[in-house]
Amino acid sequence: MRRTAPRTETQQADALQGVAREQWLAMYEQMIKIRAFEEQVNELYRGAKMPGLAHLYTGQEASAVGICQALRPDDYITSTHRGHGHCLAKGARVDLMFAELLGKVSGYCRGKGGSMHIADPQSGNLGANAIVGGGAGIATGAALSAKRRGSGQVSVCFFGEGALGQGVLYEVMNMAALWKLPVIYVCENNLYNEYTHYSEVTAGELRARPAAFGIQCVEVDGQDVRAVYATTRRVVERLRAGEGPAFLISNTYRYFGHHVGDVNRAYYRSKEEELDWKARRDPLAILADWLTGEGLADAGTLEEIERRARAEVAAGVEFALAAPYPDPGEVDQHVYA
Amino acid sequence: MSMPSAVADREITFAQAVREALAEEMRRDPAVFILGEDVAEAGTPFKVLSGLVEEFGTERVTDTPISEAGFTGIAVGAAMTGLRPVVDIMFGDFLPLAMDQIVNQAAKVHYMSGGKLRVPMVVRTNLGATRRSAAQHSQSLHALLSHIPGLKVVLPSTPYDAKGLLKTAIRDENPVVFFEDKLMFHLKGPVPEGEYTIPFGVADVKRQGTDITLVATSSMVQVALAAAQILEKDGISAEVIDPRTTVPLDARTIVESAKKTGRAIVVDEGHERYGVTAEIASVIAEGAFYHLDAPVKRMGAMDVPVPFSPALEDLTVPTAERVAEAARALCGRT
Repeated sequence: MRRTAPRTETQQADALQGVAREQWLAMYEQMIKIRAFEEQVNELYRGAKMPGLAHLYTGQEASAVGICQALRPDDYITSTHRGHGHCLAKGARVDLMFAELLGKVSGYCRGKGGSMHIADPQSGNLGANAIVGGGAGIATGAALSAKRRGSGQVSVCFFGEGALGQGVLYEVMNMAALWKLPVIYVCENNLYNEYTHYSEVTAGELRARPAAFGIQCVEVDGQDVRAVYATTRRVVERLRAGEGPAFLISNTYRYFGHHVGDVNRAYYRSKEEELDWKARRDPLAILADWLTGEGLADAGTLEEIERRARAEVAAGVEFALAAPYPDPGEVDQHVYA
Repeated sequence: MSMPSAVADREITFAQAVREALAEEMRRDPAVFILGEDVAEAGTPFKVLSGLVEEFGTERVTDTPISEAGFTGIAVGAAMTGLRPVVDIMFGDFLPLAMDQIVNQAAKVHYMSGGKLRVPMVVRTNLGATRRSAAQHSQSLHALLSHIPGLKVVLPSTPYDAKGLLKTAIRDENPVVFFEDKLMFHLKGPVPEGEYTIPFGVADVKRQGTDITLVATSSMVQVALAAAQILEKDGISAEVIDPRTTVPLDARTIVESAKKTGRAIVVDEGHERYGVTAEIASVIAEGAFYHLDAPVKRMGAMDVPVPFSPALEDLTVPTAERVAEAARALCGRT
């Protein structure tokens, strides 16, 4: 099983050679943009300005950003109910995202999808999905299509560890391995299947599951964007070389509840645990510390980036609040192509 | 109103018609490929696909594991990204295994994405009882799919219709579920050699008549035609309408026929309760009420799981005799 061992420091350093300062700063900006985006989503919910619910990605930012930074613009992703971070990291625009969350016609899906269904083919996003594990078939099919078309694209299937309970995931992993499809199954383990700790509902070794199909498994600290990026780059290289699928476990933590309305969480996890992750494992703090420690950025630079990201988010909210709702005539449009 | 019946120099079987449609479309468009269990060398248990792998190779006629949800989901993703998969679900009874992929993914992607994504895929499967295959290999589940916005549902009843409708299905930009009657695979009928397609949502008048309308789908079209022959001897002229697609449904042709004859029976092999017969009967009731001389009658499969024993199974499906009997009753000739 050694081949599925985590990266060594040397391997990571090799993979990160040649990554310019600007790229790290861009990742920092994306991460803080996602953080600020989700803060605003929560505010819109609390202010009763957003219909329905949303599942916040806060705390997991390094995972989406580190992975998507290692992809080409035309590579595919599928996302989840907790998908805002994936969509933004892959290139979605803040204003069109907010418009969609508010059910406005200028949103990514003309207001017909909402928080859990953001799709943006222009940035390779084949859709967030409100069925747990719902993207597994689509991502694998996109990989099959990419391979047959010889496009060199790869496909990334984001899901939480809750999707490990869905049989269809194993069905498509089996076929992806048989047919050597360029797909990465990214298991973002944030420890909780909705309101239940994953260990209560997950038998055996998590890594043994991809191993059963002969799928390469790598595990990464999902709070460290440098580690996520380095690992994904290596995995993507293998995929583009035609070596078949990979399974990437990104260990992370969601700061908020299952959704914005899940505020009393003591029955399934402790306040201490939440505070500990925020204090010691915050992905923004980890990257900021490294950037300043290496002398790649000073506090002023990071503050400027944060100011810019927050301004973009504020403008996006303003745009979305002012945007019109769809006309009634939209209701039966796009049922059929 | 009616499409002329197929006229051709040659007769081929329903299975050959399906195979020919696939082969022609695969030659025409390299994006078309077949995915399913035992589709390649085996050519499916019914041998419908025999010979295709020899022409197109395993890249385009691909055997999968026994994973209906998995390979249907893969087809959805492939369809969203430039290919045109034709998925083979070996028995209609296995559709429920893939239901999340068909109902929650394929059917909704276009709408949920505000029209940005498309799923041009075909799910080929079958229906029909009386093969002594018991409850898990005999169902006719097309009503389940017809209920879901975003799907189109096709029910060919002749080799001619099978070929023309399957070619249309493959060229459609939406997910299409294509039901073949597995008892009909050996049925022969005229199919022209040349290129043709049949549009969706256009019913075919399989037989002209004046006294009663028999709306029949798929396997029940032959039953209705046989019933019409029986009725002819009794001096009752029955018109047989085959909608050919339940979604979209050619309500106009059905309603016009019912207005003309004043009586209607809807015959379909799905379960009667909440089924295709109920839907079409209500379409007739709403559209032709003031022209009707009798209540619209539904005849579907009995609302029981399909039993194994021939003595029981044959009771569950409408027969020509029972349809004729019901028609006589509606015409006041009992």
